[in-house]
Amino acid sequence: MSTVLLRHMAVGQKGVITRVTALGELGRRIRDMGIVPGTPLQIQGRAPLKDPVAVRVRNFTLTLRNNEADYIFVEVDEPA
Amino acid sequence: MKPMTEYLIALAGNPNCGKTTLFNAITGARQHVGNYPGITVEKKEGFHLFNGKKLRLVDLPGTYSLTAYSLEELVARDFLVHERPQLVINIVDASNLERNLYLTLQLLELGIPVVLALNMMDAAANRGIEIDVEELSKRLQVRVVPTIARSGQGKEDLVTAAAAIAATDPPWKPLHISYGADIDPVLDQMEADIKGAQFLTDLYPARWVALKYLEADEQVLQKGKAVNAELSARLEAIAESVDAHLQKTLETYPEAIIADHRYGFIAALLKGGVVRNKQKTDRLYFSDQLDQVLTNRFFGPLLMLVILYVVYKFTFDYSTVPVAWFEAGFSALGDLMGSLLPPGLIKSLVVSGIINGVGSVFSFVPLIMFMFLAIAFLEDTGYLARVAYMLDRIFRTFGLHGSSVMAYIVSGGIAGGCAVPGVMATRTLRSPRERLATLLTAPFMNCGAKLPVFAMLIAAFFPARHAQMMFLLTLLSWLLALCMARIIRWTILRGPSTPFLLELPPYRLPTVKGLLIHTWERTWQYIRKAGTIILALSVLFWALMTFPSLPESERQLFETRRQQLQNQLPQPASSAAAADPSTASGDQEQMQEQLLAIDRDEALATLKNSYAGRFGMALEGVSQWCGFEWRTNVALLAGFAAKELIISTLGTAYSMGELDQEQGVSLGERLKSDPHWDRLKAFALIVFIMLYAPCLATVTCIAKEAGAFKWALFSMCFNTTVAFVMAVMIYQGGRWLGLGG
Repeated sequence: MSTVLLRHMAVGQKGVITRVTALGELGRRIRDMGIVPGTPLQIQGRAPLKDPVAVRVRNFTLTLRNNEADYIFVEVDEPA
Repeated sequence: MKPMTEYLIALAGNPNCGKTTLFNAITGARQHVGNYPGITVEKKEGFHLFNGKKLRLVDLPGTYSLTAYSLEELVARDFLVHERPQLVINIVDASNLERNLYLTLQLLELGIPVVLALNMMDAAANRGIEIDVEELSKRLQVRVVPTIARSGQGKEDLVTAAAAIAATDPPWKPLHISYGADIDPVLDQMEADIKGAQFLTDLYPARWVALKYLEADEQVLQKGKAVNAELSARLEAIAESVDAHLQKTLETYPEAIIADHRYGFIAALLKGGVVRNKQKTDRLYFSDQLDQVLTNRFFGPLLMLVILYVVYKFTFDYSTVPVAWFEAGFSALGDLMGSLLPPGLIKSLVVSGIINGVGSVFSFVPLIMFMFLAIAFLEDTGYLARVAYMLDRIFRTFGLHGSSVMAYIVSGGIAGGCAVPGVMATRTLRSPRERLATLLTAPFMNCGAKLPVFAMLIAAFFPARHAQMMFLLTLLSWLLALCMARIIRWTILRGPSTPFLLELPPYRLPTVKGLLIHTWERTWQYIRKAGTIILALSVLFWALMTFPSLPESERQLFETRRQQLQNQLPQPASSAAAADPSTASGDQEQMQEQLLAIDRDEALATLKNSYAGRFGMALEGVSQWCGFEWRTNVALLAGFAAKELIISTLGTAYSMGELDQEQGVSLGERLKSDPHWDRLKAFALIVFIMLYAPCLATVTCIAKEAGAFKWALFSMCFNTTVAFVMAVMIYQGGRWLGLGG
């Protein structure tokens, strides 16, 4: 068990969100999409240039830029 | 006859939940698209007659939430509180219930009566999701109706339920959610204060206002300050102390706690068998498998190129034929009017001013229809979101958004597009700054109307390098458009990029009805534009190039020349002429030729004397910096009305008569033999035409899409400045390097 930034997760890796530190508009947008602590997620893929990242969460696919993923901490089972 | 009872019903829901499909299914073709006053967000309204009652349905913009951050959310929220519809039909995607219910909770907290349309029941069933509709309805205390918008299933039940509830005109009953020990007591206190002072309670429920103060909602704070500054300041102070406390003890913020509790509420709501998932959640569905190919690192970009190229070919190839019909129709109309009207100003106004001007713009109609059909298809299938996802990294570097690519390509990113549908295509972009930067730079692309001018100049001055030159120009337009976007985003549209956070909806086959309605709406908006503003501007440009007319003395000179010529003609009716018809017709032909030459000279003199001509000559002092003389200036001025007019005006200015675009070759030969022209000047002109002010039709669209006339004005000035600077750099730089001559 270890906590990593969403940016550093590998494709296919699963985890549970522990903390979202984004403020203001970005923070609200992230939370509106259901990215709140306690939510399980899985990395579904990355764009051809490695950014943005596609995440499977709450039965849908959300894409976000790496610098947006930097505000999201995820507890993963095993290190990537 | 007594007026029919009318109920106002709003449709709310997340993007991609099938809201518009359901709206189309209920209202059919009885709908109307407009804008909310003063902004560019679309307002769709439609009617449905039910048991002698008229249901007026308003399709609110698709939103994930009801905050004050985006225009769409503000519009949706303001509509609900100001227009007070009897009822909201909240459409939720049954296969994605948790996130969709987040908006539902906010509607319920506002207190507005809600009917829940549990849409996409088929997709949910396919994914093994079972929903206990009755239990959900009981727990939420709202009517829940399962629907499948695509097939119209459940539509009648939904309308019946909505009409029945609207008829009782239920009062607003705000839902109270517990936000935990840190927030609830404060919320109670604030609610009491707000109720006591009747603070904003004419619009919003008291607890909702308190919640917005904790969330630091800009709009509510502003309204509060205006109504009761003292109480507003006190509430803000309370919110700040809660904020400080939460940061110190839990390292979090009221907003975050509120969102957490809403999602907690939803989780509790769906527990105990309300939603059952029969399949493992991490199973790969067809849509995900498709994504493994379509967004693959190697195949993704490759397939994207192919798909975008096909869209482009579809739009521009298939519209060629109807565009030609339109053009032929307008030209026939012009000929007809030309033969009916007596020669003179009226005829010139009707034929050259009105029919030519409006015709050149109306000819785009089929093109715009095809373009919107193609874009609606890409958007509704879900592929456009993938394009944005794959290209965002590149476009972000220039301050744009992944979705900007569509507008660029349609505008002529693949040479031969059109900036009018390109500017309209930016509607798929939801980030305001990125959208504006995209629509301001898209006209730099090489649209189809610029190409004949390029072709003429390249054929004349760079005959051996046609393909290379065209390729170079395409690269140059992309490079300059992207760099200018970067500059715009660093200066007048400075600001951080809007959060990306884009949902990739599952791939779906769009409904034909949806595509057609969507396409027609957009096209109709364009037609209305062309019929009004563009008509007025076409007449203005015609006047500029016609007035003041030649002074009588000069006109007399041309008349005398004609007379002289006709007098030279050998008298007919002689037996010699009858015996040898070939000589006679030879003479005739020659004379016709000479008469036409006089006409052309007169047209040149008229043009030179007109306001446009004077303007062109007045500008020579400046334009000589990039090597243009007055003839070019006039042609460029005409090109502002429509780029197609550049060649025909150059033709007049070089005394060659009005040329068709296909006749550019002879004009090219003429320019090549003119001592004033050389390759350097030709290249400077090409670059200038590529970059300078967009045509009237585009400028009109920019004004409409950007929501303010100042952006249209900015576009004209900015683009012309950029074009001038580039052309001067090319011409002066080239001369310095000794490339001229």
